[in-house]
Amino acid sequence: MMQAPYLALALLGLTSVGYYLGRRRAFSQASGKIQNLHSLPSYYGFYAALWAGIPALLLFAAWLFLEGAVITQVVLAGLPEELKSLPPDRLNLVLNDIRNLVGGNIVSGEVSPAIQAAADHYADVKAASRLGLTVFVLALALGGTAWAWREIRADKRARNAVEGTVTVFLIAASTIAIMTTVGIVLSVLFESIRFFEAVPITEFLFGLEWSPQMAIRADQVGSSGAFGAVPLFAGTLLISFIAMLVAVPIGLMSAIYLSEYAGKKFRAVAKPLLEILAGVPTVVYGFFAALTVAPMVRDTGATLGLSVASESALAAGLVMGIMIIPFVSSLSDDVMNAVPQAMRDGAYALGATQSETIKRVIFPAALPGIVGGILLAVSRAIGETMIVVMAAGLAANLTANPLEAVTTVTAQIVTLLVGDQEFDSPKTLAAFALGLVLFVVTLILNVIALHVVRKYREQYE
Amino acid sequence: MNRPATGQSQAGKKPPNSMEMVRASLPKRYAREKRFQWYGRVAIGMALLFLSLLFISIVGNGYTAFQQTYVKLDVYFDPDRIDPSGDRAPDALSAGDYGGVVKQTLRNMFPEVRGRRDKRTLYGLVSTGADFKLREMVLADPSLIGETATLWVPADDDVDMLMKGHIDRSLPEEDRRLKDKQLAWIDRLVDEGRVEKRFNTTFFTAGDSREPELAGIWGAAVGSMFTLAVTLLLSFPLGVATAVYLEEFAPKNRWTDLIEVNINNLAAVPSIVFGLLGLAVFINFFGLPRSAPVVGGLVLTLMTLPTIIIASRAALKSVPPSIREAALGVGASKMQAIFHHILPLAMPGMLTGTIIGMAQALGETAPLLMIGMVAFIVDIPGGVTEPATVLPVQIYLWADSPERAFVERTSAAIMVLLAFLITMNALAVILRKRFERRW
Repeated sequence: MMQAPYLALALLGLTSVGYYLGRRRAFSQASGKIQNLHSLPSYYGFYAALWAGIPALLLFAAWLFLEGAVITQVVLAGLPEELKSLPPDRLNLVLNDIRNLVGGNIVSGEVSPAIQAAADHYADVKAASRLGLTVFVLALALGGTAWAWREIRADKRARNAVEGTVTVFLIAASTIAIMTTVGIVLSVLFESIRFFEAVPITEFLFGLEWSPQMAIRADQVGSSGAFGAVPLFAGTLLISFIAMLVAVPIGLMSAIYLSEYAGKKFRAVAKPLLEILAGVPTVVYGFFAALTVAPMVRDTGATLGLSVASESALAAGLVMGIMIIPFVSSLSDDVMNAVPQAMRDGAYALGATQSETIKRVIFPAALPGIVGGILLAVSRAIGETMIVVMAAGLAANLTANPLEAVTTVTAQIVTLLVGDQEFDSPKTLAAFALGLVLFVVTLILNVIALHVVRKYREQYE
Repeated sequence: MNRPATGQSQAGKKPPNSMEMVRASLPKRYAREKRFQWYGRVAIGMALLFLSLLFISIVGNGYTAFQQTYVKLDVYFDPDRIDPSGDRAPDALSAGDYGGVVKQTLRNMFPEVRGRRDKRTLYGLVSTGADFKLREMVLADPSLIGETATLWVPADDDVDMLMKGHIDRSLPEEDRRLKDKQLAWIDRLVDEGRVEKRFNTTFFTAGDSREPELAGIWGAAVGSMFTLAVTLLLSFPLGVATAVYLEEFAPKNRWTDLIEVNINNLAAVPSIVFGLLGLAVFINFFGLPRSAPVVGGLVLTLMTLPTIIIASRAALKSVPPSIREAALGVGASKMQAIFHHILPLAMPGMLTGTIIGMAQALGETAPLLMIGMVAFIVDIPGGVTEPATVLPVQIYLWADSPERAFVERTSAAIMVLLAFLITMNALAVILRKRFERRW
């Protein structure tokens, strides 16, 4: 029996041995003369190494993947009748107990002899499985090497075989992006469908009340949760709107100043400083919002005679706006730099001042690209999580007043999913439904924005 | 001169010629020009103001966390409390009543304190970490038992806050964390030279704790390292492979178009959605352990892949075609041309992109909350499958804690995180400056 990491190391060792053997074999087949070989000697080495490593690695992965399920089945089949006939959720508890016993953890309640026996059985099966894994993987690696050894001749097209394998790997890597998207869609969609079985989709999308408390007992106060997400959507839009009010003018004007007016020295200093804002983690902005900006906003409101909630939408929106400034400015900088110099020169030749050129010529020409950039920024604001989790409230108020506390889609996802959770309650499933809405909305915004930006680029290319 | 009178009377209102019009409008236009420039200056000024406000607030709150208040105690290692059986067995020693020893020491220092409640407030001056410190000392050197030693132990976080001036003495007693009696005791200790601020090594070497004076970032830093290691090992090869395929091999068809659109979109998907994916797929479907760096690494890999792919493609594009053609011309296969000639030349650009992607991953919080890396974990993680947390999540957890002492520790942890990020980004810039070739 071998621990998985050591087995992986052993496999790595065997592949290197395979490389060495393959190379030697090629030389001996070509009677020591490299010009007799079809491919460079190292390709024969790689050929043998691939045969040693890949089949064994595949078996290794498949084994580890299936091991848990198979062992569970075997142990279940070996349980006494009275345990087997338990309802599925009780059976799961029993299984957990068995696993905990095997792992040496604390077990709930007393250990009955049947469970102790099952735990021993589990440990035995697991040990056998690990032994089998070691033997089979090492055997397969050796077998693969032997097979390659037999295959290698002087005229063996080793390079083509190796390059073919590499191509397959490249193609497989490039499909991961697709698989990620599919994975996101499926995982979010399935849980959402389960949620919509419990809560009608119309109530979710158009309901005005959000209080996702599900009672443990049926007779508890507030036992029926309300899952109307409109207050969350409104809160998200409010905070994003405030953020854009901060980010768009500041970002756009800084981009214009930096690209059109600023001297070389000033630009060399100011631009990286602005980019620091983009590199600050969002959790830092969240802390800044909660610790500094929110009290500042509240005190300012108090001196003006306004009552401001300590977790006001204004504070969260302001800080989110600061976060997005560099995003807006770098995107609009790119877009305005893409406007052909000829258009600028034409405007100057007509006697326009610099600001007139910018306002009347460059800005209109760059507008589609800027709009695309702003859409991307909006999608970012909607999906931003940490700032609102830390600085916006959890109370689902339906209000347009920026001085009150609102909550957002992302903040609710975090609250619903962090901490103890049972996976089947509507409360946790609601988080996935919110995630679905978030994904769809940001996807639409991104597709439109990317399309606009791309169209615009083609226009001037 | 001999114009009609009507003409003369109109001369004042006569539309001026265009030169005059332009001239008349010039002051206004120049003013507008000036104003516009000022808008730009104000915008940049505001952005920089926000930036400096952010840093001032973090540094201002955080720099004191690098020091910690210690109290000097004359501890008598009482054999009756530490080793009642008297056989010096390690098990018995580690189970000794060190809390009692500390309390006895405090009672000896303030013999006038009577009454249970007063005594309890007295014990509150010293951190519970003192007990552990005594135990460590005894376990390392059992001959201490029966001796009296002078040693410095960490003070409680409230005392620490007072010494750093974060507790206002002028407040009424009931609004203060420290009561009048405690203030008097602390003042006496200060007068006796028994209170000192020292460099806070605990902060850099300990894991998380409920007691601010015992809490450190090392556990989270190690968790971050494990998570980033997994991310790097997976995302760099996969990202480079994808970029090579798309840039060098892929035929132009619908499938590759789809992949491209997908990658661009994934780059803009909110990070929390990746967390949902991780929770549903890696934890619930594949049954990987919750809170483990390996799951965090997988999620962050999917998140950083688009960044790395986009940067790597740009790097590959910047290698001039003549290199490829020369390689093909002397008989290299396409694969050889790419792996022997183009990839090495594109590598600095790819590494720059990877470092930037890693910096993003290091600062990411939201998806890790979803996969349970928010657990309260005291131990330093020892592997990628053990429960762990990461630096940004540690910051989030501390930011939620009500104790005043955690505010400065949160800020200090942010300073450490920012230091890492700035180093990584500086590395990327240096790499680009040093190795980037313009063809």
